[in-house]
Amino acid sequence: MTGIAASSDIAGRTVRRGLRLSALGFVGLAAVYVLALRYTPIEARQGLAQKIFYLHVPAAWSALLAFSLVGLASVLYLWLKDIRLDRFAAASAEVGVAFSAIMLTTGPIWAKPIWGTWWTWDARLTLTLFLFFLFIGYLALRAAVQDPAERARFSAVVGILGMLLVPFIHLSVYLFRTLHPQPIVLKPSAPSLPPEMLRTLLVSTIVFTVLYVGFVTTRYGLALVADLREAEELPDGH
Amino acid sequence: MAGWPVLNTFRLTLVIAAKDVRAELRSRTALLSALVFAALVLVIFNFARDPTLVAATTLAPSVLWVTFALAAMVAMNRAFTVERENSALDGLLLAPVPREALFLGKLLANLAFVGAVELATLPLFTLFFNVSLWPALPGILGVTLLATIGFVAVGTIFSAMAVRTRFAELMLPVLLLPFMVPPLIGAVQVTSRLLAERPLSEMWGWLRLLALYDVVFVTLCALAFTAVVDE
Repeated sequence: MTGIAASSDIAGRTVRRGLRLSALGFVGLAAVYVLALRYTPIEARQGLAQKIFYLHVPAAWSALLAFSLVGLASVLYLWLKDIRLDRFAAASAEVGVAFSAIMLTTGPIWAKPIWGTWWTWDARLTLTLFLFFLFIGYLALRAAVQDPAERARFSAVVGILGMLLVPFIHLSVYLFRTLHPQPIVLKPSAPSLPPEMLRTLLVSTIVFTVLYVGFVTTRYGLALVADLREAEELPDGH
Repeated sequence: MAGWPVLNTFRLTLVIAAKDVRAELRSRTALLSALVFAALVLVIFNFARDPTLVAATTLAPSVLWVTFALAAMVAMNRAFTVERENSALDGLLLAPVPREALFLGKLLANLAFVGAVELATLPLFTLFFNVSLWPALPGILGVTLLATIGFVAVGTIFSAMAVRTRFAELMLPVLLLPFMVPPLIGAVQVTSRLLAERPLSEMWGWLRLLALYDVVFVTLCALAFTAVVDE
């Protein structure tokens, strides 16, 4: 019983640490809003619509970070069979889906006034949309498998296959696009940014990374609590 | 045989595939249902287009491949559902069969099954969409095989997972469809070029992509299969 008590102590501490980090991230996010609206200049061609860039790009960064770490944790899980890796992968996938939802909603809001359309089948857009679907499927699978060990193995396999699918989707969408000419895409590129914009983007990226770590830590702690509950309910204590 | 593990794996692969094909040929229900399903999809597609605006040939490659994809999905759900009855999979797993052979055998059987449905769909497609397939037939058969191997490999491993979940019938399409994207895009592109009688050089990039997909995913799924079936 002492083992469970110690673990539940760790779980509690993990959740609290995660919540503190997330709170810090939210304070940072408020600062990013102030910076984006007051400090950075208004972009000459795009006007105020460009401000969404300071949320969209860091959200995309966090989403891609989340999904890459799911792939990595999946490989390591099949090798080491450590349940903590599975718990981390689940937490990271969930947070990644949240960040990609931000990315996929802020994108069209910006694209409508700038590109004149909510959505185009540009290579990058298509790729991130399929990543989003892939990880929704990943989470749906996790929810549909009851046995924890089986769930961990299944989702690790999907995580690994998904990681290898990404270059294929990118390649096929890219080939598709280059063979069918499309309107030239207007996109702000980082190196030519004025220093105020670049600094704000950097701050925002750091803030979104802190948010990612905070969310994943909280989610990991909560998963630990759930696992402990399950273990307590089983009479023979697995 | 003990000295030739590769040969042995190959033999066992064929044994498992033969078992599945034999079981399927005895009942034929799944095969017939999948065929009727494919025919229905083709018929429905015909009503999804305005014949005065879009020529049938413009839409034909996409229609063909969406039909193949949907029929394959229906067909692949069957691969491991039949093994669930009477816990047949447990028996199969207790047999001294390398997991790679088990996977490859299941893959071969699925390929035979999906391939049969695709083969039977082609004449219906010609009939309903008034597309002349004859000049491009060898090419179409080739690209169909090339694209089908890849997504059936992923479908085989996913159907082994899906049968052990709740909502098995829903889980397979949700997991598999993103994986069908590269082979489907490639197959549609090659098919439309074949029907337009374009030179091979215009399809080369796509064919290489399809072949690469097959190699990567057949290998990876064969290796990962043990993580799906073994405790």
